[in-house]
Amino acid sequence: MQEKATEAARMLFETLEMRDISKRFPGVLANDHVDFDVVSGEVHALLGENGAGKSTLMKILYGMYRPDEGKILLNGDEISITTPTAAISHGIGMIHQHFMLVPTLTVAENVALGLRSSKGPLTDLEVVSKRIVELGETYNLKINPSTLIWQLSVGQQQRVEIIKALYRGASLLLLDEPTAVLTPQEVDELFLIMRQMTKDRYGLVFISHKLHEVVEISNRITVLRDGKKIGTQPTCNVTTQTLANWMVGHEITFITSNEAAEKGECRIELRGACCGSDRGTEGLCDVDLEICSREIVGLAGVSGNGQLELAEAITGLRPLQSGKVFLEGEDITGFSPGKITEKGLAYVPEERMKDGMIRNFNISENLVLREHHKWPFSKKGFLRMPYIYEHSDMLIKQYRIKTPSRATLAKNLSGGNIQKVLLARELSRSPRAIIAAQPTRGLDIGASEYVHEQLLDQRKKGTAILLISEDLDEILALADRIAVIYEGRIMDVLPRETATKEDLGLLMAGVHPGEELVAENCP
Amino acid sequence: MISDLFTATVIMGIISSGIRLATPYLFASIGEMFGQRSGVLNLGVEGQMLLGAFTAYYVVLKTGNLFLAVLAAMAVGAIMGLAMGFVTIRLQATQGIAGIGFYLFGMGMSNLLFQKLIGVVENINGFPIVKIPLLGDIPVIGEIFFQQNLLVYLAFLLVPIAWFVLNKTTLGLKIRAVGENPEAADSLGVSVVRVRYFTVILGGILSSIAGASLSVALLNVFQQNMTAGQGFIAVALVYFGSWRPFGILAGALLFSMVNALQLWIQVLGIPIPSELAVMMPYILTILVLALSLSKDKGPSALTKAFEREG
Repeated sequence: MQEKATEAARMLFETLEMRDISKRFPGVLANDHVDFDVVSGEVHALLGENGAGKSTLMKILYGMYRPDEGKILLNGDEISITTPTAAISHGIGMIHQHFMLVPTLTVAENVALGLRSSKGPLTDLEVVSKRIVELGETYNLKINPSTLIWQLSVGQQQRVEIIKALYRGASLLLLDEPTAVLTPQEVDELFLIMRQMTKDRYGLVFISHKLHEVVEISNRITVLRDGKKIGTQPTCNVTTQTLANWMVGHEITFITSNEAAEKGECRIELRGACCGSDRGTEGLCDVDLEICSREIVGLAGVSGNGQLELAEAITGLRPLQSGKVFLEGEDITGFSPGKITEKGLAYVPEERMKDGMIRNFNISENLVLREHHKWPFSKKGFLRMPYIYEHSDMLIKQYRIKTPSRATLAKNLSGGNIQKVLLARELSRSPRAIIAAQPTRGLDIGASEYVHEQLLDQRKKGTAILLISEDLDEILALADRIAVIYEGRIMDVLPRETATKEDLGLLMAGVHPGEELVAENCP
Repeated sequence: MISDLFTATVIMGIISSGIRLATPYLFASIGEMFGQRSGVLNLGVEGQMLLGAFTAYYVVLKTGNLFLAVLAAMAVGAIMGLAMGFVTIRLQATQGIAGIGFYLFGMGMSNLLFQKLIGVVENINGFPIVKIPLLGDIPVIGEIFFQQNLLVYLAFLLVPIAWFVLNKTTLGLKIRAVGENPEAADSLGVSVVRVRYFTVILGGILSSIAGASLSVALLNVFQQNMTAGQGFIAVALVYFGSWRPFGILAGALLFSMVNALQLWIQVLGIPIPSELAVMMPYILTILVLALSLSKDKGPSALTKAFEREG
């Protein structure tokens, strides 16, 4: 009896249909008369570029947005979903792209949050914990209910999200880019869980823009572009190439760096570099790395394993505790970021809006951030606006930045165009070396390809490039050598020719290929 | 003369008045803690205390009914809390600035009402000392801890109650979640707005009781600006206590003991300039905060307004 009070029974689910859904935001039609449906026992993938309207459609289904038009039918009956609570009561659960977890609470507390307790006003965490363990056993989602969320890995946090939805009786799960933050092994585990769930007649919606994942896991695929539905196909009818063309609306050629250029002299060198992290823990530990002229070194790793620290250690933003950094043979350890910039290092930061730009400055101002104090942009402390305008007009043209004018504020640009402004600023200085952190994160296929072209072009010109990315496909396509970082240490550096996704995935999880795997969460 | 401080009577006196003086800090800080744990910083505590102090005092002066006085103060505090909630939660004004506004309002309003309605400082009969049977007869301990007025006992009882509510009830879980990640709480059907209104109104009520404890239990008089910064110290104590009831208890006792000490220093005529003595608790506030603030950052969503998109 007690357990029934806390745990909703799994809702009956046969079909869900969204008909003719439209949603307008100021200036954008995010969903334009979209039809979408899911049936029990299938994975229906929702594919599209950024801004295509995938997340909007799912947020409507989960009651976070109200549609302007259209209706939703569950098992044939029209229902109205005005809040997430209503969605939950209809058996719809959502795994958000940014986890909806409270890091300072335990797993059980996060699951119990917002639920009616069997003990009235008091929490009933023992009951909840017991049920979490049971659910965990059924779906291989093993997790200790009394662990604090912040102590869990990203993959484990995602399991908590799934358990949260199952606990609330969800029979239709919406997974919003669930693989974006996982290692390849974690993706495999997630897919196992998803397959088990489809066998148990759950309905799953899988949002992703990674084509091969969509092809691997889904039964049907719906493609959205600019808010409109382009079509729905059974997965067996498509290939990644047809999907890509479909998604973008024109032919896409995947760029890979195939000509193995002769690499030149060493440009960036780290020797025994150690530094702290923002959390006060060890950020980098004894890192040795070399990046040569005409070479792209890819730095693979799960987010938060020291990538930011490494980038900031080289650019001078973060002081080293020990070790040395050399730029073209010169010891630049302890140099100010400004001085290192002068020496020819370019930095494309991961948080491009926060660390790379000033939101409320316009494009021209952002384009001369680095060199505004130098000739010809200023003279005796006064800015020479005509030259700044000329310079920005030239770069806007050269780097194909789509903007109404050079006076447009940075915050009003799309992600792809922000990145173009940043690249224009950094690359137009003819840098000797580039640190590019997550340069394509959040960009659509078109913009990503543009960034890749620019990087390969720089490589041809002899620049040394460190490409930090969580996207293994990107690294395998561009990098000449691949370094894997885990908990602040470089696990290994592999040449691209011999690197496999499996090996990289193991290294990213802190395991050397061939080593015995120790199971997580042993009792 | 300094040696006068170290007699048994004086030490007992200091501890006993220290316990008593902790009362307003406890009420106000615990109230403020609930607000902050849910993500709302209320800097208007001082103003709420002053209005509470005036209201309770005025009711006692007119009716002589102490319980009615505290109830009236609670009602005024609830209205102040509601107003603070409306401005910061509904209108999403910057919490710090809104709080300063409410402080100034509370101070001005209590002054104005005092001048218009009363005008002269007049003593009243406040909460009497209640000796707890048996416990109150224990030598020394009984005198210090169990011969106090009702509000003192309530203030100390509030600490374990607040701990229990925060850590063992679904309401407490909601408050903690809303202060750390309101989006997550919202996605699970927890009403962020309702939780925050609740904590801010509760904070207002407790701050008003804190004020009332000064005017009708400890000093038995109302004077303009009689809180003299205690409301701000109460806010600081929440940081000092790392947003935990027992941490706040430790902080409140530390400050009230220092306060009691400086009062006794003045009473005994120890040759330390009284200005310096009076400054002691404030200097301590700054020192302790400077030393403790760096470690704990507090609830992640503190001072951040919540708005659901779409």
